[in-house]
Amino acid sequence: MAKIKGAIVVNQERCKGCRLCVVACPTNVLAMSKQVNAKGYNFAVMENEDACIGCASCGIVCPDGCITVYKTKID
Amino acid sequence: MSEEVKLMKGNEAIAHAAIRCGCDGYFGYPITPQSEVLETLMEVEPWKTTGMVVLQAESEVSAINMVYGGAGSGKKVMTSSSSPGVSLKQEGVSYLAGAELPALIVNVMRGGPGLGTIQPSQADYFQTVKGGGHGDYRLIALAPASVQEMADFVGLAFDLAFKYRNPAIILADGVIGQMMEKVVLPDFKPRRTDEEIEKECPWAAVGKPKNRKPNIITSLELQPDAMEQNNLRFQAKYKAIEENEVRYEEIMCEDAEYLLVAFGSSARICQKACQIAREKGIKLGLLRPITLWPFPTKAIAEYANKVKAMLTVELNAGQMVEDVRLAVNGKVPVEHYGRLGGIVYTPDEIVEAVKNKLM
Amino acid sequence: MAIEDIIKPENLVYKKPDIMNDNSMHYCPGCSHGVIHKLIAEVIEEMGLVENAIGITPVGCAVFAYNYIDIDWEEAAHGRAPAMATAIKRLRPNKLVFTYQGDGDLAAIGTAETIHACNRGESIAIIFVNNGIYGMTGGQMAPTTLEGMKTATCPYGRDVKLNGYPLKITNLLKELDGMRYVTRQSVHTAAAVRKTKKAIRKAFENCMDGKGGANIVEVVSTCSSGWKMTPEKSNKWMEENMFPAYPLGDLKDKDANI
Repeated sequence: MAKIKGAIVVNQERCKGCRLCVVACPTNVLAMSKQVNAKGYNFAVMENEDACIGCASCGIVCPDGCITVYKTKID
Repeated sequence: MSEEVKLMKGNEAIAHAAIRCGCDGYFGYPITPQSEVLETLMEVEPWKTTGMVVLQAESEVSAINMVYGGAGSGKKVMTSSSSPGVSLKQEGVSYLAGAELPALIVNVMRGGPGLGTIQPSQADYFQTVKGGGHGDYRLIALAPASVQEMADFVGLAFDLAFKYRNPAIILADGVIGQMMEKVVLPDFKPRRTDEEIEKECPWAAVGKPKNRKPNIITSLELQPDAMEQNNLRFQAKYKAIEENEVRYEEIMCEDAEYLLVAFGSSARICQKACQIAREKGIKLGLLRPITLWPFPTKAIAEYANKVKAMLTVELNAGQMVEDVRLAVNGKVPVEHYGRLGGIVYTPDEIVEAVKNKLM
Repeated sequence: MAIEDIIKPENLVYKKPDIMNDNSMHYCPGCSHGVIHKLIAEVIEEMGLVENAIGITPVGCAVFAYNYIDIDWEEAAHGRAPAMATAIKRLRPNKLVFTYQGDGDLAAIGTAETIHACNRGESIAIIFVNNGIYGMTGGQMAPTTLEGMKTATCPYGRDVKLNGYPLKITNLLKELDGMRYVTRQSVHTAAAVRKTKKAIRKAFENCMDGKGGANIVEVVSTCSSGWKMTPEKSNKWMEENMFPAYPLGDLKDKDANI
């Protein structure tokens, strides 16, 4: 059966570390970085890459449009 | 087009002239003594002929902001009101000036302060020429003295407003608005097409084509350096207007020993006063500022070298007299004669004032 | 499968809309404004209206919305956006004309402009962001501040004897014959965002079909800074406190006889 596999790219400099994407993710992919960006914010990172299903919930709730989402099928 | 002489009120002339000069939109709220402007437009229904939009707003505040919105999209738009209503419009007028938008405001003045009276007055001179709203700005101010000028100044005010990207105001009073006179209305000029507007107003918010950056109509600038530059640009524009757009009329001034300075309806009465004075052997002349801002400062300063004294005649407690005194700079006495509360002086009364105050 | 193999143009499923530019938005972290801006940009793009949209920004936190979405804009005086929109739409009937207003702008200082533009049935869309507080000026009481809710100008909680009741302006607007579409939405979950996008799309479509009628999309929103909570907690607080006072859903849809 085909499996859906997703991945995201976070614009780390644009991210303000609000954590809303972390909360929105249904498969607990995201976490906040330990490092901070130039603005001093911790930014969202994929901590659990394998769990991403490319549902885009993170991108949709991101107030700053920081998240780009990709998705593919693996046979 | 053959010249057609009509008889109408000044307020009606404003309405007809607006339609004929290619005005795109009028937004107003009824107030005495200028309600005939909106009434006339609603009766003529120009949206059926030229496509001009006419709308009765819920308030003067709303009306001026409709003007602000329409002007921001490059349209030729106007409003009219009377003193208390014009006070309400000052917020929008300041925004128009700050966003450098061309628009026309007509104030058919009545007496104040407060609700005051519906009778004629010229007590909004300060409000008009010193900046009625907040901030360092100027309005191009035209003061008609006849129904003909009410008609003629609509097109002129729009031309100046668009030339300088600055709001213009026609400062009339209840006499000029309400009196009926013969008038030759301006020829019909079509409204500009959208293409013409985009060419004339490349700054306007009309919907962003692919090949340009967004046009943003705003008066907001939080960077102090940029805001100062904006203000300096406004001041340079105002200086250019002061140099190029002063308009005034001289009546019986060639040999005058005494000079009246008066605008609008007062100038009409002063003209008669000059005739009466001359019959009595007093060489009295009249300088009538047509633009109240820019003010004919230089012309008045020159008369300070020729006449013995000046009298400003205004339907207020003494407002324009301050600008005349600034122009004269102490060279000759400058006095003021005014009536308040809606009473209009007679020519004889003015001649007496000349005798009492200047001689 | 390596993540690099997934991140390819052909696999793209979501990105911020092109007309939302790269300027960093001045909003606080987690602010609802950003999501709502994004939705407006998406809908304008998807409807192919970039060249025909004229937006009007308010006074309030969203005053600088024009810096983030690349369309033509006019910036209003406080509360006057619906009057401006009225004139622009009447003078340019083929354009999409919408206002973006906060609760202070729309429901306090601009109440008259709002009610009368809606009552005239202007073919405009009003995007109304209701977070129950004045964000830009530093967290003062709004007309929509909840009873008992603390703000800088009601530090002991809104006392209805002193300040009156939270103003349910959208419920009032619903009653106006000129209103075509009145809805209340939120953007606190992905599902809610999708619904709000549909609502904005419907409002914008209504503006462009020539049938007339005013449209308002209220978005019950958070203000983490004003509420003094994290964005996450703000969403929870909104669900528990704002939604009972401002329940979500369509209040009026003339086309569907609602």
